[in-house]
Amino acid sequence: MSAFLATVKRDLLLALRRKSEVLTAVFFFVIVTSLFPLGIGPEAVLLKKIAPGILWVAALLATLLGLPRLFATDHVDGTLEQMALSPSPLGLLVAGKILAHWLLCGLPLVLLAPILGLQFDLDASALGILTLALLLGTPLLSLIGSIGAALTLGVRGGGVLLALLVLPLYIPALIFGAGAVEAHIAGLDASGHLSLLAAMLALAVFFAPWATTAALRIALE
Amino acid sequence: MLNVSGLACSRGERRLFADVGFSLAAGEWLHVQGENGSGKTSLMRLVVGLSPADAGEIVWRGEQTPSQEFRRDLIYLGHHAAVKEDLTPLENLRLAAALDGVDLSESDALAALIRLGLRGREELPVRVLSAGQKRRVLLARLLTRPAHLWVLDEAFNALDVAAVKLLGDLIAGHLESGGLAILTSHQPLPVPGGKALVL
Repeated sequence: MSAFLATVKRDLLLALRRKSEVLTAVFFFVIVTSLFPLGIGPEAVLLKKIAPGILWVAALLATLLGLPRLFATDHVDGTLEQMALSPSPLGLLVAGKILAHWLLCGLPLVLLAPILGLQFDLDASALGILTLALLLGTPLLSLIGSIGAALTLGVRGGGVLLALLVLPLYIPALIFGAGAVEAHIAGLDASGHLSLLAAMLALAVFFAPWATTAALRIALE
Repeated sequence: MLNVSGLACSRGERRLFADVGFSLAAGEWLHVQGENGSGKTSLMRLVVGLSPADAGEIVWRGEQTPSQEFRRDLIYLGHHAAVKEDLTPLENLRLAAALDGVDLSESDALAALIRLGLRGREELPVRVLSAGQKRRVLLARLLTRPAHLWVLDEAFNALDVAAVKLLGDLIAGHLESGGLAILTSHQPLPVPGGKALVL
């Protein structure tokens, strides 16, 4: 367990030394979600209708921005090799890296979403559902993304391949995440959507680190 | 303690080596020699378990590798710097130990860095250090993590005369205390004894 926490600490410390890389994803999210209300104009009904989809698509793409770096720098400088040979299970270290990625690329989006949602005329309860959906959904995006990042590690042009590989897998999260907010706005119960998101998250927490570890071992061969 | 037999490796269509075997007991070391591209690094990576062998087996203390016990007994330093450029040598050393599940105190880490001649550099980001100094940061890991088997790939590269002697002394001390080592190098090594394996 201490190795897990040490990995999280290490990646957070590294991000602190390279703030711009983390802030890119957050700024991307803020700018994209702000451009839509500006471009469409003050049509409250329309904005409210498209808000969940736009916020979710922006969150999805923002997460994708940080993914290629998840393992790439460690692969290039050889620290990933050392992790693979460490007495600590590689799966544990990988899980730590995924958690750090979510803390850096996912959590800021969750915290910003209620503020950005105001631009779309969402009311307080809809903002609450949006935040909750993102809180369940963004870790899922990090977990699924880590498998893609590991599979495309060391591949030339891996960034594009990563997007092609991962975006289709993000679709269920997008449908149920945005669906939860849409259902709530339409006056329906959002708990079904949220439960499904939580179920997918539980599944991913179990399988994604394992699959990522297997992919990393192949990439290191 | 370490028995390697019938090891074979190919890269694509090309057979690098076949039927390579050696055994090392406590206090012994192996000098892997060969031309550029003859598969020295590939052999090292097979032995430590980074890549799977086409054939052959590697037995450590009577057990097939890779196992968790083997990884606990092993330090592998390859071609890569394996240090984070944005962190200081002190942070690098302590975090690397923490990832291995070892709690390394700041004073112990500092002592290791001073031993390797990095006094006054411990708080600088590694990115501003020279290639040889980066190498020294990595080599400090030999002092901070107890391990029986040292696998050092071209460890003497980029080191100055003093550091070559220091590393030679470290390896000699390690062997004296019953450790094992596998080294590659094109230069004659400042370590007495040793078996030779030519690929």
